[in-house]
Order: sequence, then C-alpha cells, then structure tokens
Amino acid sequence: MTRLIDAPRRGDVRFNRRTFLDALLAVGFVSTAAAIAYPVALYLVPPESGEPDTSSVVAAKSAELKPNSGKVFKFGSRPAIVVRTTDGDVRAFSAVCTHLDCTVQFKPDTSQLWCACHNGTYDLGGNVVAGPPPRPLETFVVNRRGEGADEEIVVSRG
Amino acid sequence: MSVMLQQTTAWLEERFDLSGVRHFVAEKGVPIHAQKVWYYLGGITLFLFAVQIFTGILLLLYYRPSAAEAYESVQFIVTKVRFGWLIRNVHSWSANLLIAAAFAHFFSVFLLKSYRKPRELTWASGILLLFLMLGFGFSGYLLPWNELSFFATKVGTGIAGGVPIAGHFLLRLLRGGDDVTGATLSRFYGLHVAVLPAMTTALLALHLLFVQRQGMSVPLETEHRLETGEPLRQMPFFPNYILRDVLAWYVVLAILAALAAFYPWELGTKADPFAPVPPGIRPEWYFLAVFHTLKLLPSHILGIEGERIGIVAFGLVAAFLVFVPFLDRRASRGARSPLFTVAAVLGLVYLITFTIVGHYAK
Repeated sequence: MTRLIDAPRRGDVRFNRRTFLDALLAVGFVSTAAAIAYPVALYLVPPESGEPDTSSVVAAKSAELKPNSGKVFKFGSRPAIVVRTTDGDVRAFSAVCTHLDCTVQFKPDTSQLWCACHNGTYDLGGNVVAGPPPRPLETFVVNRRGEGADEEIVVSRG
Repeated sequence: MSVMLQQTTAWLEERFDLSGVRHFVAEKGVPIHAQKVWYYLGGITLFLFAVQIFTGILLLLYYRPSAAEAYESVQFIVTKVRFGWLIRNVHSWSANLLIAAAFAHFFSVFLLKSYRKPRELTWASGILLLFLMLGFGFSGYLLPWNELSFFATKVGTGIAGGVPIAGHFLLRLLRGGDDVTGATLSRFYGLHVAVLPAMTTALLALHLLFVQRQGMSVPLETEHRLETGEPLRQMPFFPNYILRDVLAWYVVLAILAALAAFYPWELGTKADPFAPVPPGIRPEWYFLAVFHTLKLLPSHILGIEGERIGIVAFGLVAAFLVFVPFLDRRASRGARSPLFTVAAVLGLVYLITFTIVGHYAK
C-alpha cells in the first residue's frame, strides 16, 4: 500500500493521502449533486396530460351551421373547426395551424381556412394553398346524429 | 484545473480588486471554546432556508393559487408529477425543521447573551427574521387549501381581528374580505412567494453582513479570559469550519430526506367553507403555545375581553424580544445578567409545556 501511495506519477503530480481524500470528498459532493439533480430533472418534465385523447365530440347543431360558414369548437383540449361548404357539405379539421400552432378560422369571402398569425391559407380539403404551413390540417370524420331540428354534427378522430 | 482557476482569478483581478475578498477568506476565523457547538444552528437555519427557496420555486411550476384549483394542483404534484411527492414533502418538512432550528438558534444566542454590544442590530434583525419565518409558516399552511389549514387560518386571522383598534382592519387586510375565501388564498400566496421572500432577503443580507463584519461572538467567560491576556484560540473558517458546517448540513439533509420519504405530509381533504368545522382543529405546532394560552384565558379580565389582553401581551413580548440587547444593560457592560437568563429559561419552559399541553388538549 505504501508503495502505491508514495509512487510518483506523471511528472511531479503525486498520489498522496491528501489527493486521495480530496478525491473522496469530490465523489461525495458529486454524488449528492447527482442525487438531487436526478429527481429535480424528472420533476421539471411535465407529466403526460391526464386528459384522455378525445375521440368524438358534438361540434354543432346541423341547423346552426349555415352554408359557407365555419365554427371553431373544443376537441379535447385543442381547437377544431367544422365548416359547411356552399354546396352543403360538412367537413371538420383540427383548427391548429401546422405552422406555429395558431388557431385557423373560416374566411367566407374566399371559402378558405385562414391563419391570421402568418397568413397561412388552406382549402376546404385542409390542403395548404398559400403561406408558411408545412403540412395540411388534420382531417376529422364527420357524422350526423338525430333528425330534423335536433340533428347534430358529430366529429371524431379518423 | 488549478491553472484554469488561477487564470480566472487573474482575469477577475484585472477588473475588480479582489484583495478584500481574499483577505476576508484568509482571515475569517471561528473561536474555539466550550460553547462553540451553538455556532452551527445559524448555518443550519440558513441551509434549510435555501432548501425552502429551491423546493418552493419547484412547487411554483405546478401549483395554482385559486380556491378551485389549489387543492387539486397539490394533489397533482404529489400523485402525477415524478418526484412531486418528494419535493412537496421536503418543502413541508424543511419548513418545520427550519422553524425548530431558528428557535434553537434564538434561544442559544439568548442564553449566551451574544446580543450584547456591539451585536444589538444582529439580534434585532434575527428576531425580525424569526417573525418572518413564522409568517412563512402561517401563509404557506393555507396554500394546499385543505380542511385543516382552512379552519386554522380562520382561527389565526380571527386572532388578528382581536388586536385593539386596528383589529377589524387587520382581519380584513389578511383575509381580503370578511371571510376566509379564495381572496385570502390569493393574498397568502402573494405574501408567501413575493412579499415575505423580499423582506427576508433584505433582512437576511443585513443579518449575515453584521455577523461577517463583527465576527463570531464569544461567551462572557471566554471574553473575560481574553481580557486577562489569554490568547483567543481560533479555527480558520476556510476550509476548516466550512467543512464542519457542510457536515452538519449533510446530517440535516439526511434527516430531511428520511422524514420526507418515510413520513409523507398529509394533504387531507379539500376545504369546504360550508362544511362544519371538524374536531381537533389546531394550528401548526409552533403556534400551539400561543393558541393554547389564548384558549385558556377567561372570557373577561377586569371587564376587558381576555383574548384581547392576551394578544396585547404577546405583542409586548414580541416587542420586548426585539429590544432585549438595549434593555440588558448589564450584559452590554460585560457583566452577568441572571434576570435575562431566567427570562429566557422561563420562556423556553413555557413554550415547551404549552406546546405539549396544547397538543393533547381537547
């Protein structure tokens, strides 16, 4: 043991009792820091949202959605939009712009979906017509439930 | 490593004169004598306060200060957030240990008469810090918005309402209205995370500055021996004493971690302002002695409401504590002051017995 402790190593750096104790102390401090940093790092990461993924939502009453109009509704925790085209067709999309997550709106004058943040435009198929959005809007499935004045538009994920 | 350190120091030296700091680090010493163990308590209190700042900031990430969401957000922290239970338990336990350490620090300084000239302001700032810590405890207790804390806050703020003349004003100021509601929670939250921390930072800086400028106080006996020419035995603060300090902090950290892991702080049930008061409502242990004393007072003393007299008396005691160094003239002259020793011992005995009695009282 003495030989090990007193043995000179690389030039004049010596491995003696002091450097050994210093190293021991450093290991202790670093372990403490790690033991604190680990739970804190995990704590900082938000847990997955407790809200289950919404699969289906009543977007609107059929009667209240006039042709060439749109309505933003809550789909789970995110906005979605349901539109009725001029020829009466009902379609639903995620209202979250694929560019920077702004909420899109229906523009009756051009019959397009438009994002006010950076002038992104989508057609009524959800495809990008102009502006910076990189991808088309997510399309939802539209169903109708009930009859006559009570008819509801039910939107669900694919 | 050391080369880098040297270069950094040299770089700084060219811009700021570090000689003062270097001189301070080299010269700072801690006296060695029979009572030196009490020196640790201030450092332990400081350490626990640092733990409170750290865990408190972490809790802010998920806590929501409203009557509708406060309870649920704490529940979310302890059940959903990874290690959220740990952060919350450490914060709760550390708060209690901090108050205990601050009280121990207070009594040790009191009994050693370390407040005597020239350390009157160190003492006064310390007493105010102790009151601030109690304020932290009182305001933080309400934040989880559970049944126990809700009714304890009703009682606590009600006591403030008993202050003569300004009582009603104080009560409304604390509660943000006539009753304990979400408005009270908003106020206590602001108090707990902004007002009290700001005041504490300023006072603590002052307190520590005084301690550094004046050095550690030595007990009267040691001081007398120094006057006879005996040299003062000292230990360098860096690194000898600071390492001992760190060791003490490690011990406290171990206790804290064990308490947090094995004795989780209960969340209880959500506060319901319209529910009947559950039996056994009592404040945190550090308010128990005062709470129990007020409970024991007769409803009227000489025609004045008993509780009102009690509140005024406690106010006077608080004021007395701040001015102890100015009142204890004998200690300032370097003489023994048995009257103040007796007062401190009586105070300690009173606090301990009334806390225990208050704990077991129906």
